[in-house]
Amino acid sequence: MKRRLLLLLSMLWLTGESLTFAQSSSLQIPKKIEAGTAFSVPTSGSGKATLYIIGPTQVLRRDFQLGETVSFESGDLHNAGHYMVVLTGPSTETTQMDVVPKPDPYTMSFLAKPSRIPVNLSQGISGVAYVFDTFQNLILKPTPVAFKMSDAAGGTESRTEPTHDGVAWVKMNSAPKAGPAQFNATAGSITEKRVVQQVPADPCNLRMTARPAGQDIELQTDPVRDCTGNPVPDGTIVSFTENYQGKISTVDVPLKRGVAKTDLPAHAGASISVATGVVLGNEIRWGGGR
Amino acid sequence: MSARLLVITIAAVTVVLIAIGCIWPVSAALAMIGYSPRYMRQANSPEAAVQNVVDDIGHHNFHAAYLLLGNKNEFSEQDFARDLQGSYYSLRSYATLNGFDIRPMHKSAEDATIRTIFHWATVVGPYDDSRVLNVTNNGGKWEVSWPLNKEPKVPPQVIPVNYLRWDVIYRGAQDDWGAQDVESPRVRIVDMHPIERGSGVALLGEILNEDVVPAYVTVKATLLDAKGGSMGTEDSFDKISHILLPKQVSPFRIDFRDVRMSQIDSVRIQPSSTLVSASADPVIAIQDQSLTPLPQPSLKGDLVNQSGQVVNVTHVLATLYDNKGQLVWVSDGYVNRALLPQTPVPFSVSVPPDLSAKVSTFRVVTTTYSTSRL
Repeated sequence: MKRRLLLLLSMLWLTGESLTFAQSSSLQIPKKIEAGTAFSVPTSGSGKATLYIIGPTQVLRRDFQLGETVSFESGDLHNAGHYMVVLTGPSTETTQMDVVPKPDPYTMSFLAKPSRIPVNLSQGISGVAYVFDTFQNLILKPTPVAFKMSDAAGGTESRTEPTHDGVAWVKMNSAPKAGPAQFNATAGSITEKRVVQQVPADPCNLRMTARPAGQDIELQTDPVRDCTGNPVPDGTIVSFTENYQGKISTVDVPLKRGVAKTDLPAHAGASISVATGVVLGNEIRWGGGR
Repeated sequence: MSARLLVITIAAVTVVLIAIGCIWPVSAALAMIGYSPRYMRQANSPEAAVQNVVDDIGHHNFHAAYLLLGNKNEFSEQDFARDLQGSYYSLRSYATLNGFDIRPMHKSAEDATIRTIFHWATVVGPYDDSRVLNVTNNGGKWEVSWPLNKEPKVPPQVIPVNYLRWDVIYRGAQDDWGAQDVESPRVRIVDMHPIERGSGVALLGEILNEDVVPAYVTVKATLLDAKGGSMGTEDSFDKISHILLPKQVSPFRIDFRDVRMSQIDSVRIQPSSTLVSASADPVIAIQDQSLTPLPQPSLKGDLVNQSGQVVNVTHVLATLYDNKGQLVWVSDGYVNRALLPQTPVPFSVSVPPDLSAKVSTFRVVTTTYSTSRL
């Protein structure tokens, strides 16, 4: 049933399109209204008539007596776009109207990417804001959007960009200090918040020490940090490798409380190295007690 | 007339086959009806005595096998069962005997030594268990002395563990499409090298988790011909360590059958990663790794569970390099015993004999599964 109605309305819309150029309309309908605004259409004559307002995503129908004023309540016509108005009755009249978004931002979709980023990365964070009115119409009129990035150390970076066809975007740098950064976008009275986790970069100056522990060697790294001094997060894998007379012993240890610690068999003359990912650390030749 | 003859012939053949099956039953059929074959064979030779014990072991009838042993007074039936199945759940617990080889090493009228190789089948592939069995003649009846491998017991203790794990909260279905979500971990292929093997091609490589969160990784590859057409797509399946902690590197191997290197123009490789909940424990040390030369080249070593948690199944992945640091092969294997805390368990992964001469260095990683996390 709905399909049939839509088909009929579509045909009416197409017919109206072709008639638009053939006859001038006497319908007194506003040519442009804001989405959701109440409006009325005065009519003249007598007899039953039907008024259709047909748009890309919304169709309104009113049955009335000619001579009455057809009223549309606030919120009745809320989808922005180009509409065809068709009056059917003793005669058929068509005209067109535009529904434009309300100018004030009501909601905003804010995409902040990535959610995790290494520190000190230039132009690494992107923010894209889509500004909508009360009825989720994209506000096409240029609207200023203020982007603000506040890092864990209190540093801020702000920029204001106008929307182009409803979208504003910006690229920001990641801070040198690791931690969660607040990334805000504000349009009018609307503010959306995102959190971008700024994480330490690759470990730097990886270094371990060794000491005897019974028949084993106790190996422990110094606190592992990146090149700007941020502690590398716990769970990062550190690989210890011991090479002794062609036999190799390895162990992959996660950082816990900033350091990696393990025991390997003590062999005098063994060489022990440490690495994490593709970063190599120091090497120790085990002399027995040193 | 011919139809009646056909019916009579089929009936006669059926009766003959039933008679043959009853008189000379195959072992598989006996196993199906749960019949223990030990009653069929007199232990009047060392081989027969060994075979009786092995048959009972194959049927998981450890009680019957234990009763046949000559050195029952040295250990209990529970010790015997634990030796075969393990004290904790492991691949041994659910393995089935696929076959066995008996190789006499020494034989006299009084005693014999027989190497017995058990071919076990598990869900992740077969493994062999070799035992040297001493068999003694006890008044005309041969009895097997079982060489018990007693699992070392870990003394009761408390092992403090700073338990580290990651949990993930994803965006909800009701969230706006612009709502932020946690992103997939950044992973990178740090090495990739195709080689021709037999009638196929293998892609060898290494993948690194560059992120600060754990990743579940897979690698898929598509071979492309000169016209850009796909010649086939495969993934690394279990020839990879799927869970990668931050900055962890795993080798991977993708096998393509019935493809020649000369047919391949390019390779499209697709690593994928998913953010998953993971644990940083247990930590496994891989000690005394060394290459065993020809004729049966392999990479051997000991696994030591440095944590307090029992590891039930361990997957060992070995990356083999030549003297220039280029990938030569990626080999893997499963350890059939559970890893108890602080207790070395040997492992061995095979190295293709034709590649063993090229291998200069190697790197071994493990993936572990514990029943509490399965």
